[in-house]
Amino acid sequence: MTISVLYALVGVALFCISLYSVIVGPDPLRKVLAINVMSSGVFLVLVSLARRAPGPGPDPVPHAMVITGIVVAVSATALAIVLIQRLHTAGAPTAAEDPGDDS
Amino acid sequence: MSAADPGAWLVWLVMSPLIAAILVFLVPRIAFGIACANALCTTALALAVLDRVAEGPVRYALGGWGAPLGIDLYADPLTGVMLVGASFVLLATTFYAPGYLAQARIDALYWPLVLILQAALNALFLAADIFNIYVTLELLGLSAVGLVALADRTRAIAAALRYLLASLVASLAYLLGVAILYHSHGVLDLVALADSATGTPATWAALGLMTTGLAIKGALFPMHFWLPGAHSYAPAPVSALLSALVVKAPFYVLLRLWLGPFFDAPPEVGDLLGVLGVAAIIWGSVQALRQDRLKLLIAYSTVAQIGFLFLFFPLVKAHTIVQGITLLMLAHALAKAAMFLAAGNIIHYLGHDRIHDLHRVAKELPLTLAAFGIGGVCIIGLPPSGNFIAKWLLIEAAFDSGEWGWAVVVVTGSLLSAAYVFRVIGHAFTLDDVPEAGNRVARPMVWTAFLLSLVALTLGLFAAPLLEVISMPVAGTADAMGIFP
Repeated sequence: MTISVLYALVGVALFCISLYSVIVGPDPLRKVLAINVMSSGVFLVLVSLARRAPGPGPDPVPHAMVITGIVVAVSATALAIVLIQRLHTAGAPTAAEDPGDDS
Repeated sequence: MSAADPGAWLVWLVMSPLIAAILVFLVPRIAFGIACANALCTTALALAVLDRVAEGPVRYALGGWGAPLGIDLYADPLTGVMLVGASFVLLATTFYAPGYLAQARIDALYWPLVLILQAALNALFLAADIFNIYVTLELLGLSAVGLVALADRTRAIAAALRYLLASLVASLAYLLGVAILYHSHGVLDLVALADSATGTPATWAALGLMTTGLAIKGALFPMHFWLPGAHSYAPAPVSALLSALVVKAPFYVLLRLWLGPFFDAPPEVGDLLGVLGVAAIIWGSVQALRQDRLKLLIAYSTVAQIGFLFLFFPLVKAHTIVQGITLLMLAHALAKAAMFLAAGNIIHYLGHDRIHDLHRVAKELPLTLAAFGIGGVCIIGLPPSGNFIAKWLLIEAAFDSGEWGWAVVVVTGSLLSAAYVFRVIGHAFTLDDVPEAGNRVARPMVWTAFLLSLVALTLGLFAAPLLEVISMPVAGTADAMGIFP
């Protein structure tokens, strides 16, 4: 097992751990943080698997993908935090609200 | 790049809404005029593209860079049909929105968000590689969440947040799949992947991750938990866009992947998705029957109708399935948008959407109820609606592949949809006294809903030329591999 495969496996592990946290975490802010760790895991996989063939340098395409992914993650996090803040000021229950039951 | 170059049309389908979004953000005063100009322009372009791709797929390398670092736009008949459907629904909501926004006192941010949503949607339909699909999916998700949160009620914001979290997790699963596919094949382009992807374990890992991610975004049972809240608490024109178009986008990507790189997927996976589709049809219909609020009923009906789309996967190798599913996506988009717009009118008139108190709607809002009813007739799948022909093709596909069980599902699901549509219509004809007259509904709101439902109803009459276009061989899909004779 090469070192890059090890990094990729760590990335997958990060992805799985934070997926668990997204599902069971009670607090929306914690879910947002977990999603950020999750995306770091995916980026780690992308970067560590970038060297596809023995050659002078790694493939630049996954790096371009990671940069785009970071931009997306930052804007999504910002939107999520704004929504959480609005919910907080409204003083409403955030997590355990069933969409199906409404009067 | 001249105006007659079809490549330029593809670029403008994305650029026009983007430019319009910036303009309406800077000059909100003339937002409606800009949005109208953009809607008419993109509708014309989409029709032109559909006409052009009948002769063969169009590919355009943005800025002349080309793959792998550049961004390619690609259009084939499937793209063309999706673009036309999206632009028709957007055209209707554009004329519908001013009346609705004025009475609901919704932020002027509606216009820039909706135009960004359109740009993301068109870019997604035109994306030639799986990473651009990821980016456009995210753009689509973010703008859709913003639109849901415009309703500015606690429930709407909570629904928007739930939608955002589900959508982000789904995108990351999809992106991990992209990473695996790129590592094992070295290409991102859908057509190239279709040629090189073989049944290696890496391909199947990517299949699992990407299909799961897209099924969450596409609200396949049991991952539909975010849909009813987001679609019902959103403002009416937003609900129409979400149910008609935004949930179709991830399904469209699934269609592309399963007709391309994943075409040889183990049949068990397809069967599993089909079974989940059946569960969605039953669960969605039963929940729709149990709802007390009109918009929630329509939202659960979307859950059920998405179930029909997922019958594609067990029948992926059948002869008529691609035609049937494409037509079903288009027909459902038009009918569901008409129903949500009609529901918006009813809410505006009555001030609520409790199904039990829909007294006299038939008398006071005849055209609106007609729009709802016609939309419902299409959802049930009665002729001459497009849904009728689409479901017919599904049943044909089921019989062709010898798995007639799926045909039983289609018929049962249609009966269930009849039950919840007639439940609403029955309440609308009751004649209890209404204490005071409701709010006047602006004429454009009534007519856009009604005309959209008529388009949905008569779609079946135009289905023959449309189906002929869809059955064209498409590069990079199963057709090109000689699966369909």
